[in-house]
Amino acid sequence: MTPFRVSVFAAIGAILLLGVIFELIRSRRLQERYALLWLVTGLVLLVLAVWRNGLSLFSKTVGIAYPPSALFLVVGLFVLVVLLHYSTVISELAERNLMLAQRIALLEQKLGEDEPRGRDSA
Amino acid sequence: MRAVAETLPAAHDDRIVAVRRVAIVPALNEAQTIAGVVEEIRAVDPGFEILVIDDGSTDDTPGQARGAGALVARLPYNVGIGGAVQTGYQYAQDHGFQVAVQIDGDGQHDPAELALLLEPIAADRADMVVGSRFLEAGDYRPSFARKLGIRLLARVVSLLVRQRITDPTSGFRAVNRRGIVLFAAEYPHDYPEAEANVVAYRRRLRVVEVPVVMRERSAGRSSITAARSFYYMVKVSLALFISVFRRYPVVEER
Repeated sequence: MTPFRVSVFAAIGAILLLGVIFELIRSRRLQERYALLWLVTGLVLLVLAVWRNGLSLFSKTVGIAYPPSALFLVVGLFVLVVLLHYSTVISELAERNLMLAQRIALLEQKLGEDEPRGRDSA
Repeated sequence: MRAVAETLPAAHDDRIVAVRRVAIVPALNEAQTIAGVVEEIRAVDPGFEILVIDDGSTDDTPGQARGAGALVARLPYNVGIGGAVQTGYQYAQDHGFQVAVQIDGDGQHDPAELALLLEPIAADRADMVVGSRFLEAGDYRPSFARKLGIRLLARVVSLLVRQRITDPTSGFRAVNRRGIVLFAAEYPHDYPEAEANVVAYRRRLRVVEVPVVMRERSAGRSSITAARSFYYMVKVSLALFISVFRRYPVVEER
């Protein structure tokens, strides 16, 4: 069985995490769609911290002798998923950034045609 | 080979003269050579519109190119050769060009050989023609490590596209409208020359290699040094392997 203290501190940690995420969304420093995964992570952590039998059942099923380790594992996996998600977000941003750079290059070229040689020599 | 190029200047091939054609010249800090490249292209075939893509040069590359009479598109920051070349294909698509050739701004490609590249497209035997240094014995003498690397890479690419490719790193190329439209929408960024073969294969472009002689770089260095060849091989093979399984949008002329 999970030591009671572990459950208490894990629950406090989860609530703090959820609070920070909520505040970041509220103050518009974090967009909801990027916060969703974090919210799920916090909620799962909270559920497993409070629902002690659930954590025991889970660790037994997976074959982990010490339930708090299962807590670690679950949190670790979620962090991994969040990171992977961010990698895809960064890739998409880079792709869009490139498209913008290419558009700018072609638009500037078009503009430059009208005014024969300038701007750069200045 | 040189004799062929001289007896068949692109400007005198009616099938080529009839179409609108653009030369895409990617350049990064090539102020020493860019004007010469532009002038040579015009000397070979004045019908070419010449677009230099300046990939964030810190020297006078755009000024030199403009001075030589080329159009210049300046990328706001260095995006890499793939993104730079794609900008050229986007230009070609937007402006309705029928044929586009790709020539490096460092002077290693000889515009006199453009006719060789354009012939299979004029004859409608190919959608993409690549100039290869290895089809015939030229005076190109790469270092051992580099030669081995290119050979291996050629094997990998040949297997992937089910066609013999001898020079997968060549950036000396010509494409028809189909190629322009495809590359404007979808052009690889990591190892563009090698991966472009796979993209072309996946979208069923007819690819033909023709023998060319490449010149020593008159300035600047190749991005592939001998010591890095092996590491490069591993990375590019991985990228190629993935590119085979990637999904590509079906792009045809609207």
